[in-house]
Amino acid sequence: MWQYDEQMKLKVGLAEMLKGGVIMDVTTAEQAKIAEDAGACAVMALERVPADIRKEGGVARMASIRIIKQIMEAVTIPVMAKARIGHFVEAQVLESIGVDYVDESEVLTPADEEHHINKWPFKVPFVCGARNLGEALRRIGEGAAMIRTKGEAGSGNIVEAVRHVRAIVSEIRLIGTLREDELMAKAKEHGAPYELIQYVHLHGKLPVPNFSAGGIATPADAALVMQLGAEACFVGSGIFKSSDPEKRAKAIVRATTHFNEAAVVAECCEELGEAMRGIDVAKLDPKEMLQTRGW
Amino acid sequence: MKTPNNRPVGVLAIQGDFERHAKMLERIGAPWELVKHASDLEGVGGLIMPGGESTTMLKFFANEGLGAAVRQLAAEGKPIFGTCAGAILLAREVLNPPQDHLDLIDITIERNAYGRQIDSSVRGGDCPELSDRPVEMVFIRAPIIRRVGDNVRVLGRCDGLPVLVEQGSILAATFHPELTEDETIHRYFLKKLSH
Repeated sequence: MWQYDEQMKLKVGLAEMLKGGVIMDVTTAEQAKIAEDAGACAVMALERVPADIRKEGGVARMASIRIIKQIMEAVTIPVMAKARIGHFVEAQVLESIGVDYVDESEVLTPADEEHHINKWPFKVPFVCGARNLGEALRRIGEGAAMIRTKGEAGSGNIVEAVRHVRAIVSEIRLIGTLREDELMAKAKEHGAPYELIQYVHLHGKLPVPNFSAGGIATPADAALVMQLGAEACFVGSGIFKSSDPEKRAKAIVRATTHFNEAAVVAECCEELGEAMRGIDVAKLDPKEMLQTRGW
Repeated sequence: MKTPNNRPVGVLAIQGDFERHAKMLERIGAPWELVKHASDLEGVGGLIMPGGESTTMLKFFANEGLGAAVRQLAAEGKPIFGTCAGAILLAREVLNPPQDHLDLIDITIERNAYGRQIDSSVRGGDCPELSDRPVEMVFIRAPIIRRVGDNVRVLGRCDGLPVLVEQGSILAATFHPELTEDETIHRYFLKKLSH
């Protein structure tokens, strides 16, 4: 049963500290330093950014431990790292080296097509991707302390992140309007734990912070998901696949804080180099979609 | 709780857990408003600097003139309360690594001094002047105060370490009272606004 015990308080607590900030994907210690200097509130260590995983194919796994350690050495901000869906040993390994957050991520090749990691026994907190409220609540039921939209990683296209953040926040709003005797049917419809549907009904929000990821490439993209109700942003390929990563990183950080002020976002957009090229998600073969990994 | 002339408490909202501070102020009935620009500080009765990443907040202090505006607020004698990252920003000296700071309270503070997230913990601490009960203290990648200046009063301790300190109108905590239900520290800060 879901409980806000001492451990969950610490796990959610760190997610609270990241709110209003930008978490950047990095593959080397040098990139991590650039991210920190640009104002990132955390970095995500991985072997290849999603755009390259998409292009190069092959099995995508947890990043090299040597590189994760170098990244942890290089920066003072929290360091997250990705484990494959269901690969609880990768998660154990990441916990043992002291990573601050584990992302059980659809960007990597899933290790288990039926079960996600049971996240409760871990001391390290987990973030998980979700496309809708049911998926978010299933992950929270398994012990995730932060939810992020899946979007479509490595696409440079914001359309899927928008779809997912809208789905989650509008489903939350809808549940708030229901009578109590209508909640069990909702739990059934969403395939979500009943007590978490009750929580959403009572509080009008998820029990853990709700961030956005998957296709954010510009300051305006970041401000868009923030205005739609995301509480912080993950930027993957968008920064280090652009022509001037340092400048773009700074601009996205500033736009995320001032997401409600068009004049500031306009300044952030000005004189940026080229954004990553991006792909039309509608033309992707469904088999190439990363967001359909996990359930 | 009323504030003098009903002036709102500013809550710095660059990045971090500012919403939790706002919620705590809401609970005890104090007016508040979020602060993102130097100009937002006009009219506030005091300021809370939340937990989050001090390195991120420093970028905004330097680039958007916020740091100078916070110093000005302190010079006017308006109370400022920093938690965790907020305490780091207020310190005279920062270690691990040394970084820029506002130098508004005479302490030396070491960042991430307990270790990484897996070393974060919830503990009970004592603030004898504020409460006769133990205060729940949440430490998240918390700093440790390594030196306390002669004019700084230690108001709270946990495991023998100073965790809540005060110098004049400035209050700094290495833990997060805003993540708990305990209103003690925030009520104490609001009382400082009336003095």
